[in-house]
Amino acid sequence: MEDKKKKLSMVVLSGDMDKLIAAFSIASGAAAINMDVTMFFTFWGLRAIKKPVKTGKGFFGRMVGLMYGGDIRKAGPSKFNFYGLGRWMFNKMMASKGVMSIVESRNLALELGVRMYPCQMSMDVMEIDKKDFIDEAEDSVGVGFFISEALESQITLFI
Amino acid sequence: MTEEIKADMELDLKGLLCPLPMVRVSQNITKVPVGGIIKAVATDPGSLADIPSWAKSTGNEVLKTEKVEKDLIFYIKRLK
Repeated sequence: MEDKKKKLSMVVLSGDMDKLIAAFSIASGAAAINMDVTMFFTFWGLRAIKKPVKTGKGFFGRMVGLMYGGDIRKAGPSKFNFYGLGRWMFNKMMASKGVMSIVESRNLALELGVRMYPCQMSMDVMEIDKKDFIDEAEDSVGVGFFISEALESQITLFI
Repeated sequence: MTEEIKADMELDLKGLLCPLPMVRVSQNITKVPVGGIIKAVATDPGSLADIPSWAKSTGNEVLKTEKVEKDLIFYIKRLK
């Protein structure tokens, strides 16, 4: 294992439950084969690494926080959400089959050393502060950082 | 005809689903010495593809795969 670790870099734009679960599963799988994994959370994806706190400073920011508040557990499936009914149903179906919950899949990825970065520009637009993220989240970065990571990566994904 | 493979560690992965069987194998492989063998018992049919792929990517070896009723038994040798 002395040879240089292979890398996977991922942009996570989506805040949907199904896409986030896919992103975290891929991240954990890559970490399990000894890859160096970085995930960049931007726009809707920021919710995946948020604490369940209210966000926003100005009127619009607070409105975004209100309508798109909560943390990763509020993420609903990209189809059949029906105002949260779909989320409830999928959570039940996943639990009955012994599939990890969305929180568990994120935490597994963290446990395996996957690094999770928030995008500063999205934080500015959506008025989300550094303190609104989980403690495991890395400091915010920009697109330059992602590109330099992606350049060294064997696999890049956009989810 | 079948030689008994002596395992240094046994992993119970029954009931675990993707990506956990592979993740658990990877978390435990360094707990056996190089040349050591893990016997892992999974039930997820996906692991039939995932564990050999994990081994290929990490440079380890699946010595043998057995199917006993619903159990999928992998003998995984740590090569490095």
